[in-house]
Amino acid sequence: MPEPIIELNGVYRSFKKGREVVPVLQDINFAVNKLEFLCLVGESGCGKTTTGKIICGLLPPSSGTIRFEGQDIAELRGADRRRHRRSVQIIHQDPYASLNPTQTVKEMLSYPLLAHRLVKGRRGAETRVNELLELVDLTPVEDFVEKYPHQLSGGQRQRVSIARALTTEPSVIVADESVSMVDVSIRIGLLQMMMDLRDRLDVTIVFITHDLALAKYFAWDGRIGVMYLGRLVEIGATQQIIAAPQHPYTKVLLSAIPEPDPQKTRNKQHIKLRSEDIPRLTELPPGCSFHPRCPWYVPGACDVDVPQLALPPQAMVDSEVACIPLQRGDELVLHDA
Amino acid sequence: MPALSPETVLRVDDLSIVYRTDRGDVRATNDVSFELKRGEAMALIGESGSGKTTISLALIRKLPKNAVVTKGQILYQRENTVQDVLGLSRRQLQAFRWNDCAMVFQGAQNAFNPVLKIRKQFEDTARAHGWTDKVAIRKRALSLLELVRLDPERVYESFPHELSGGMKQRTLLALGVLLSPQVVILDEPTTALDILTQRAIIDVLNDMQRQLLFSIIFISHDLSLAAEMADTVATVYAGEIVEIGAVDDIFYRSLHPYTYGLLTSVPTLEHAQDILQSIPGSPPNLIAPPSGCKFHPRCSFASEQCQAESPQLQAESASHLAACWHKDRLLASREEGA
Repeated sequence: MPEPIIELNGVYRSFKKGREVVPVLQDINFAVNKLEFLCLVGESGCGKTTTGKIICGLLPPSSGTIRFEGQDIAELRGADRRRHRRSVQIIHQDPYASLNPTQTVKEMLSYPLLAHRLVKGRRGAETRVNELLELVDLTPVEDFVEKYPHQLSGGQRQRVSIARALTTEPSVIVADESVSMVDVSIRIGLLQMMMDLRDRLDVTIVFITHDLALAKYFAWDGRIGVMYLGRLVEIGATQQIIAAPQHPYTKVLLSAIPEPDPQKTRNKQHIKLRSEDIPRLTELPPGCSFHPRCPWYVPGACDVDVPQLALPPQAMVDSEVACIPLQRGDELVLHDA
Repeated sequence: MPALSPETVLRVDDLSIVYRTDRGDVRATNDVSFELKRGEAMALIGESGSGKTTISLALIRKLPKNAVVTKGQILYQRENTVQDVLGLSRRQLQAFRWNDCAMVFQGAQNAFNPVLKIRKQFEDTARAHGWTDKVAIRKRALSLLELVRLDPERVYESFPHELSGGMKQRTLLALGVLLSPQVVILDEPTTALDILTQRAIIDVLNDMQRQLLFSIIFISHDLSLAAEMADTVATVYAGEIVEIGAVDDIFYRSLHPYTYGLLTSVPTLEHAQDILQSIPGSPPNLIAPPSGCKFHPRCSFASEQCQAESPQLQAESASHLAACWHKDRLLASREEGA
């Protein structure tokens, strides 16, 4: 039985922008299971980064609850709260912006160790820093401890960010687009290292990306959740999502992505959207937010009711989807473009 | 000027460029040669810092001030007249840019003047190149905006902030080809755009190229984009073209360990688990590049010869050249793996 380590229930989050209220997340419900690889994918503005911040407790939800190991994190106080803070860490996207340019690698990594009293004194911190650098393959360690961020390459900086996230021995790490800023040739090395960390350190990783191929590689034995305009529209086992996407948005996304193979990519069938315009979050259409673009849209249903994420009745696969025709058990019928 | 085959629009011979910096000379481009045919789409692929952008900036003479072209020529042909781009006067250069060769820079979102309507920006461009008939400009602009699948009347009278990122990118493509250039250079045309917007841009580019018959040079770190759009692919490493060939040659029969390394580090959407490997190490410092083959410190096939001698591009077939001492070893190991 999968054991949830983080659960989101009915999470909403909105931001005020001038006089407008922007609903960034609406009714998000899912759990992250212990030691699973979970990827959240979606285009910009879908709310994946906000979800990541909410999981880490860096941002409170407007409503709804987030549970960490069964406890509502809004109710944590004192030692429990500090333990949650230590246990859930985030790795940001941009390794050029997220490291303090005036601190050496050693200073950056020692600070959380000493602040949380995880080591005894300078000597203890030094030993631990060396261990951490070895964990992220920045070896020989002596070459890196005294370096400043500007002396490191993008890939090396991101390894330092990962080492910093590991200082507090977290049980969950949220990696937000953590490899998108590094070159293709070194991306996979970073990902493989993060995947190894799960087995070596028992850490659960939530990986946030816009790149479905990367998500597939990272979470091959895990799950993918697809987000669109602030809602989770499909979540299921990675291999099912890739081979048999259920939600129209997932189908369209997969059909649109070019492949690194000339014959395959040129023969790929692209599903045409009804409209290329992405609705603004402040002017979301009624019903399903995807209906104005959806090629399988059912008038009178999709533009009226907001679909809930659930397992469709006659599904061949066990992905949960938020799609009205699918949940009625209907076959999807393509509209003429 | 040397005669070029009638099909050739651009030929680059032995182009070498150095950036003068306080720390020493950065050898950003070394003996780069290639030929671009009419209607051809060529992709330059490679890691950041490999020199892709330097090569393309040289083609329109937009290199930064501290760059010096130390060697080579860039021949451009239009209607049987050949010019060396490096020898153009200021006035000739102004005519050459945009009329003959247009560049669409990375981050198109910021390329427009935010306080001018799109119409004004089309008109300014046309007027700067001696075209004053506003009615004719409008007609041409609207037909191009339609070609990039936008609502022409609306977009033409809009301010940039009224358009989404993908719409701006498409408007910029239309503006790029306003003066019917023969060569369009695209620097990371789809980077920073969303998946569905990327798809729209790729489709639009294909349509435009089919109708307007220009040649494309595009710079991308996205191998999938190269696989989909390019006729020819050139792999750039440490300022050199290390392999160049037809898109199928590069993707199915790559002969350079660096190209092969790039290909095996890219995840796919196929319904099977990817077995991927990243290239060890990082790109070299171009102030003091490694001896011999510049890739040898990162290459699993490197031998003493690779450290000592720099391999030249050698033809494997009419369309496919690679610079590697150990092509056969790469082939053998690929066959073993397959």
